[in-house]
Amino acid sequence: MTLRELAPYFILIFAGFLPHEAWRWLGIVLSRGLDETSEVIVWVRAVAIAILAGVVAKIVVFSPGALAGVPLWVRLSAAAAGMLAFFLARQSVLVGVAAGTGCLVLAELILGR
Amino acid sequence: MVQRAAVSNPRPLDGFVAGLKAGFTSVFQLVLFGTFVSIGSLAHDLGFSAPWVVLSTLLIWAAPAQVIMITALGAGAAPLEVAIAVSLSAMRLLPMVVSLLPIIRSERTRPSGLILAAHFTAVSMWIEALRLAPTRPRPERVAFANGIGASFTATSVLATILGHFLAAVLPKALVAALLFLTPMSFMTSVTRNSRMLSDRLAFVAGLVLGPLLVFYKVGLDLLWTGLLGGTAAYLFYRLRKGMR
Repeated sequence: MTLRELAPYFILIFAGFLPHEAWRWLGIVLSRGLDETSEVIVWVRAVAIAILAGVVAKIVVFSPGALAGVPLWVRLSAAAAGMLAFFLARQSVLVGVAAGTGCLVLAELILGR
Repeated sequence: MVQRAAVSNPRPLDGFVAGLKAGFTSVFQLVLFGTFVSIGSLAHDLGFSAPWVVLSTLLIWAAPAQVIMITALGAGAAPLEVAIAVSLSAMRLLPMVVSLLPIIRSERTRPSGLILAAHFTAVSMWIEALRLAPTRPRPERVAFANGIGASFTATSVLATILGHFLAAVLPKALVAALLFLTPMSFMTSVTRNSRMLSDRLAFVAGLVLGPLLVFYKVGLDLLWTGLLGGTAAYLFYRLRKGMR
């Protein structure tokens, strides 16, 4: 392999893997000495869930990649429909995901994209 | 109920096999399959090779970061810029790892097992491990979590390859829809698993704060979303607990 062919792999390691994995390694270090019953875990889990919800909202509102081509109102309505189906189906993740994603596909077909 | 750990006779292999089983029967199999088909297809469209995108699935193992990396590199962003964007999106992994490891770790856990479990930590594995690992004897839990992670990664690698090869025939509308699996599955599974008041409040706070901070162009928006939303939710929960 020439250096030119290897370049994307270097970029993957240095711009993708390392900056990403570092947070996991830091997590290992910081979790040392914490035990399961510790109150800190409750707080840390709340922080994790808040970030996660932030990620979700960002993907729906400020979509990356091909999803950006779908109108915002379609994304928001599909997400709402998915959550509604999820609750109606007694909190079934499968039903919620299928309904939300299904609504998005349906809207795209109707809008003729 | 939590089973009593058989301290004298830990059986990591049993744990790993049980983890594989739990992983292969999880609803996340479908979600990951669809998500990584779309990532493979996205990578193909932006000119990345199949081995490259498969390696990104193995090494990064987090759909949102991979979408960010692939679209940014595809758009010609500088590697440093990409590294920063990827790292910001990975920040959520820190509190996830910190809250998972103390639940699965035992005195005998080897560092390699922990490093692997931390690597496999992504929303899908985190949710399933938090939910199911406490039902296993403690010495088996790290192996169990790694079994879940291994089954999820295996499916995702296959899906990445499939997506890359099918990119030419997959309709664009479908690829967009598959990217919607990530937020939809995060939302539903986190809601289902949030039993404590602090978890539920944190989720709502994050949903509101996340886009708001991006809209007002606050730097490190996800960090603030987590710290402010999570801490407020936790304090409210403590206050309620204290009053009772």
